Amino acid sequence: MRRLTATERHPVRFTLNGKPAEGTAHPRMLLSDFLRGVQGATGTHVGCEHGVCGACTVRIDGAMARSCLTFAVQIEGAEIDTVEALAPAPARLSVLQDAFRKHHALQCGFCTPGILMSLDTLLATESQADAERIRDVLSGHLCRCTGYQPIVAAALDAAQTLREETDNA
Amino acid sequence: MKPAAFDYVRCETLDEACEVIAQTGDDARILAGGQSLVAMMNMRLATPAVLVDVMPAPDARKVAAENGTLKIFAAVRQASLLDDPDLTWRNPLLARMLPWVGHPQTRARGTICGSVAHADPSAEIPLALAALDGKVILRRGRKRRSVKATDFFLGMMLTDKADDEMIEAVTFADVQQGTGTGFAEFGRRKGDFAIVACAALVSPMRVRFAVGGVNDTPFVRDWDNLSPQDDAEALNALAWSLDARGDLHATARYRRDLVRHLGAQALKEARSCAV
Repeated sequence: MRRLTATERHPVRFTLNGKPAEGTAHPRMLLSDFLRGVQGATGTHVGCEHGVCGACTVRIDGAMARSCLTFAVQIEGAEIDTVEALAPAPARLSVLQDAFRKHHALQCGFCTPGILMSLDTLLATESQADAERIRDVLSGHLCRCTGYQPIVAAALDAAQTLREETDNA
Repeated sequence: MKPAAFDYVRCETLDEACEVIAQTGDDARILAGGQSLVAMMNMRLATPAVLVDVMPAPDARKVAAENGTLKIFAAVRQASLLDDPDLTWRNPLLARMLPWVGHPQTRARGTICGSVAHADPSAEIPLALAALDGKVILRRGRKRRSVKATDFFLGMMLTDKADDEMIEAVTFADVQQGTGTGFAEFGRRKGDFAIVACAALVSPMRVRFAVGGVNDTPFVRDWDNLSPQDDAEALNALAWSLDARGDLHATARYRRDLVRHLGAQALKEARSCAV
């Protein structure tokens, strides 16, 4: 048993986008604020801060999760992936990101990092995901610009491209 | 939208968590998946002085099939139970209802026991627990007591759990072979809490029907030998017997109407797969 007191900052060691990372946090610091404020990884956006909008979605140990409903001290030893990890190289987009651009699946872009993290996780684990499954995962996100249709189109397009890449590999 | 300050206790065993809860009482809360509690803390609706994290405890992650029940411990996430390939045959009703709990993003973190502890009257897991002769195993230090789900839920977000107790596990009775199960729910958006949710279990001698979202706690009714042509009349009488009230989301009349329609859907589905 370890007790981390409310008034002090405590070290948190974890893996961020494949690289070892560490920082300090009060127990009450949310993972979303820890990523943005302490780690400087501002790709993750903060919207509602009570688990409804999905903008802050990241990957924790391979599963999509709300970073505003997790405390930084809870991720000790965990593997965290954020939207910064998606692009394979500077100035290059991932297949999913490229499909978002092609299909105009974003306008203001506020909800996009969270949606990308959810859909990237989905397509990595379920390459056969159809429109219904994509909508099921998308239900955990709010987008006020697009009306969702272009996002579904982009995800279906990316899924097909990824399947073709695997088939031709 | 930031939580108030608290001490965080990382537990390696359930014994440790019980000890801290028993000593700290109502200043402490168990932190499991955090999908309800952390949202309430961010809104300052909950301001515990101590959070007791049970997720690192390996003995809290157990799922045990014993004595015709499925026993699910405090740190079992909703997604991991849903991914269990045995769940569909062991408990088809639970397997049918779990995809209606929140979103994939919240089920990946949220726990079964956490939803029971939160006791939202519209939530699917408390409804499933009441419909499936569920029990809640409460621990104070080394002492355990088992409470029937229908006695555990006392009101809206109010349960029989004392401040110095924690939920160690919950049990769901297995669905007997030949018993048909059905479920229907209506909410404003996918993944939202239900306005009304209905679950049905149909066996040769008995029809069990459970409703969430209308009363302050899940409501369960058993009918002996209810024949399909009597369903509509029975559901209408049941709808009127409930304590339906109007609020921001729906009028009382609309809720009663949902009980009639969703109830008929759930019963039809259960009858179609009953032997």
